[in-house]
Amino acid sequence: MWRDAVLVAGKDLRIELRSRVLLWQVVPFGVLALVLFALALGPSEAVLRRGAPGLFWLALLLASVLAASRSAGIESDEGTRGTVRLLGLDAGGIFLGKAAALALELCVLGAVLELGLLVLFHVDAARLAASVPLAALAVVALAAVGTLYGALVSGTGVSSTLLPVLVLPALAPVLIAGERGTAAVLAGGGPGRWAVVLAVMAVVYGAVGVVLYGPLEETA
Amino acid sequence: MTRLVDRALGPVALLLVVLTVWLGLWVTPPDATQGDIVRLLYLHPALATVGIYFATGLAALASALYLWPRTRAERWDQLAASAVEVGVVFLSLTLVTGSLWGRPAWGVWWTWDARLTSTALLDVLFIGYLALRRVPADPHVRARRCAVLALLAAVDAPIVHFSVQWWNGLHQGATVLSAGFHFKVHGSMLWTLLLSMLAMTLVFAWMVLRRYQIAAREAASDEVELEAALLERRTEGVS
Repeated sequence: MWRDAVLVAGKDLRIELRSRVLLWQVVPFGVLALVLFALALGPSEAVLRRGAPGLFWLALLLASVLAASRSAGIESDEGTRGTVRLLGLDAGGIFLGKAAALALELCVLGAVLELGLLVLFHVDAARLAASVPLAALAVVALAAVGTLYGALVSGTGVSSTLLPVLVLPALAPVLIAGERGTAAVLAGGGPGRWAVVLAVMAVVYGAVGVVLYGPLEETA
Repeated sequence: MTRLVDRALGPVALLLVVLTVWLGLWVTPPDATQGDIVRLLYLHPALATVGIYFATGLAALASALYLWPRTRAERWDQLAASAVEVGVVFLSLTLVTGSLWGRPAWGVWWTWDARLTSTALLDVLFIGYLALRRVPADPHVRARRCAVLALLAAVDAPIVHFSVQWWNGLHQGATVLSAGFHFKVHGSMLWTLLLSMLAMTLVFAWMVLRRYQIAAREAASDEVELEAALLERRTEGVS
């Protein structure tokens, strides 16, 4: 399973490096969302700083839906699934590989958005750096959920409209835990139990994904 | 026996609902602190229990049975879909009755309490299930997708359950039993609460049973129509 996961992750990342969808579409969308949120809040530094954690997570969440849709879209190209099936790869391995590649892409996106927080929302750089491990945990949960739901709507013909409807409610706990944890770290404290919530979500959705990805692959 | 249950379930559920209304509105006294708005609580916890635990549990169980190759059968998919559909009704009513109670008790129709939010999310997840179900697809493909989604939605049920302990929000903890399994409510109020739980459970069972029967008939009707269309096509080929 792990060998298959590495193979699939490598394949997805190579496709991403060649197509640059993350660089030209997903990252600009995330930054744009962050800028629009800042515009909506107004120029007050105190207001921007207070809203920064929530807006960061909202931007990351919305952009991650695009990334998850793209990740699932790679598999829905004509004949791709059939070819993958012929290779005899383990379904759990495919899920882990796709989730790992998506997590790496979301890490890049998260790093760019954190830079945006520094520039646009005037947050403290040292405290923002301290929130990175929490963000990394959340990204794993986002990637697991995104990969699973992406596969769920893949091949429906209405995946672009259906995916946000299904995945955003499922990601709401990540938004809450991420926002509360980041706000606590930016205020000078620790993430506390929010890091545990995110870790549990990452493990639960990761395990559920390994089990349920197989039946989903059969539907495509 | 099955036919007897099928016929008796509806009238018994209706009788228990009428009894609950009578006890809740006329027999039980007003609460010492809440006054008459406590009467809404003879409905709200029962709706929530059925919506959050029974509907989600039944949908998840039926979906797991559908996904398990040895037990895979169309009836599990139909049962899961019926449970989700009725579950949406119960969860929506839970939110509405909670909101009606919250306005006089908390002063607002809605507050961002963890249990309220997670219950609303479960409702939206179930609505998403129904949206996925309406996407045209091969019945087996649709059933498998929906089964996976029902299991994923079920992950939210423990979050709803433990949310009051994890987040210490406005919403109260367990209504009837304390952590040490001691009754927190007494006398006619306790009996009315327990009766409402039973009444809502039977209403849920009756609604799921009826919806399941309709789903089974729809599937049979589709089969007959397909057979007829195939026969017509073959006849055309011969002539």
